[in-house]
Amino acid sequence: MTAYGGQENAPPFAEVGGTNPPVPLVRRRWRRPQPKVGWIEKVVFVLLLLGLSVLFLYPFEWLFSAAFKTRQDVLDNSFLPHHWSWNFTGPNLPQPAKQYLFNVFPVAHWLWNSFWISFLGAGLVTISSAMVAFAFAYFRFPLRGLLFAILLGTMMLPGEVTMIPVYLLWNHIGNFTQSHLHYRIGTGTQYPLWVPNLFGSAFYIFLQRQFFLGIPRDYFEAARMDGDGYWSMFRRIALPLAKPALIVTFIFEVQAKWFDLITPLIYLRDISTFTVPYGLKLIIDKFNLAGGSIPEYQLIVAGTLLLVLPMIVLFAIFQRYFIQGIATQGRKG
Amino acid sequence: MTSVTVNSTTPGPSRARRWRSGFRERETWTAYLFLFPWIFGFLVFTLGPMIFSAYYSFTNYGVQQIAGLAPTKTVGFDNYRQLYNDPYIGTALKNTFEYGLMMVPARIIVALLLALMLMRVGSRLGGIFRTIFYIPHITPPVAIGVLVLTLFNGPYGIVDKGLKLIHINGPYWLTQPGWIKPTIAIMDVWACGGTMVILLAALYGVPRHLYEAAAMDGASKLRQFFTVTLPMISPALFFSFIILSLAALNQFTVAYTAFFNSANDQQTNSAALFYAIYLFRQAFRFFNMGFASAMAWVLFGISMTITAFNIFATKRFVFYQGEERR
Repeated sequence: MTAYGGQENAPPFAEVGGTNPPVPLVRRRWRRPQPKVGWIEKVVFVLLLLGLSVLFLYPFEWLFSAAFKTRQDVLDNSFLPHHWSWNFTGPNLPQPAKQYLFNVFPVAHWLWNSFWISFLGAGLVTISSAMVAFAFAYFRFPLRGLLFAILLGTMMLPGEVTMIPVYLLWNHIGNFTQSHLHYRIGTGTQYPLWVPNLFGSAFYIFLQRQFFLGIPRDYFEAARMDGDGYWSMFRRIALPLAKPALIVTFIFEVQAKWFDLITPLIYLRDISTFTVPYGLKLIIDKFNLAGGSIPEYQLIVAGTLLLVLPMIVLFAIFQRYFIQGIATQGRKG
Repeated sequence: MTSVTVNSTTPGPSRARRWRSGFRERETWTAYLFLFPWIFGFLVFTLGPMIFSAYYSFTNYGVQQIAGLAPTKTVGFDNYRQLYNDPYIGTALKNTFEYGLMMVPARIIVALLLALMLMRVGSRLGGIFRTIFYIPHITPPVAIGVLVLTLFNGPYGIVDKGLKLIHINGPYWLTQPGWIKPTIAIMDVWACGGTMVILLAALYGVPRHLYEAAAMDGASKLRQFFTVTLPMISPALFFSFIILSLAALNQFTVAYTAFFNSANDQQTNSAALFYAIYLFRQAFRFFNMGFASAMAWVLFGISMTITAFNIFATKRFVFYQGEERR
């Protein structure tokens, strides 16, 4: 048993502990016991679900078709455009002429910014969370129970409480680096968007710890017999075996970064450093009815399509992980 | 749990002694090395800021103090008193609660109905439909804001066009103040896929034999739902409830995208003024950091109340027994 008493009893979620079999985060087939349902009932449900599917998917169809409509037609709600129009790239002329999305704003910059920030941030948070999760799962050390309880506590903390001092901290760091290094790292740059990911994130740590706990301890003991150090145990045994949990962490964080509006809104000033959500917000403010200039809703919708599509591609590739990641989340509650 | 009893009965050096000797072991130091990123991040990005935030909430910290033009003054409870007297705080809280009261139950009920149907159409079809209903959940909130602006565009929007087909005259969703919060809530219900997947997983965890036993006792389908299904999935229901309540309290992006102008801070829309939006504007547009910190701590208090209620209710009502753990 552990050498340090009283650690096992602290965290409220800990009953899914080391004695349990591995958490099957991702399974190959989706086959579970089904309730017995009569065929009439089944047909009724299928028809109902078909109708609801149309309702749930229609906004995407609307968005897709509106993105290829002309300015006059964009809000006409027709299923397909009457006059197909390419609204993304074209000649750059002042407003009464047709406008193109990539001319009016540095949209290509925004897309690239969102891409690299999402993927870099997600990669960093995956690795750093895995290190911390491994420490909580494998090692026995003093204060473990307390630290883990604190970790769970931070999940409940609303972001607004820390938002203001963190901004002021980045402001100080920015002023300091600018005057001493002549290179600004802080407010007004993109660093605050991804640097915090170096330090792990409570929810992912919790998720991965569950997974590491499922790896039989014998594997690690065997590796130690072979003379592996702790780091190579982590890298060669823990990480490969926890791959599904790592993938879930990665795609969830890509999604979170891709969705995020408030952080860029707080930290970014220069228009070419914006991410897609902030950029799209700018397009909306400029080109909607209240924007002052001639409304160009087809540009707003085309920009929205560019924001939505990458997430759909990501979902298409990692569908199983999205759904199983969410499902396991609920099982812990 | 077991380790406590083992330790209390095992003779040997005292607990405190063993605890301290733990710090001498190499494994302990390695563990702390692995933990270092999180401990550092926690101190610098969570605990430190919390302390500062609490301090700022009792000061006049603002734009002059950031620029170093005026000293920071302690103002006691002035910020909290001002918060009590600020008319927009009341509006923002009312909006946020109204929205939460609409969004949370609606989303849970729709998600539950969808999940119940999904598990009755067989695993192949169920899997396909599950994917379809999940897709709206991966729509970025800014995009949802655009959909709010376009689909619900009064009589020109497709929603009102659709309602006309069944002879309902749709409201002016975006301009009638009373309809703004339901509009956002409807889009949230549309994006209920995450909740649905959580509830579906819980539904599959209910052991079949319970239904067989209930049917044997002559319980109707409806009765089975209320006496078997609901109690068995109550952990997942409460989990969804708390996650969605906290999400409702933090509603920012959809409402901000659709109803506020990031370039013009004077323009405001009191029917769409959510608490997080007001906080954001106070902090980062008007730079009333002290006042905004006080607002953040009030939000913290509300979140903690909901969490505490949840823990209490979990102990009281939620049924954890017989849950299948594989």
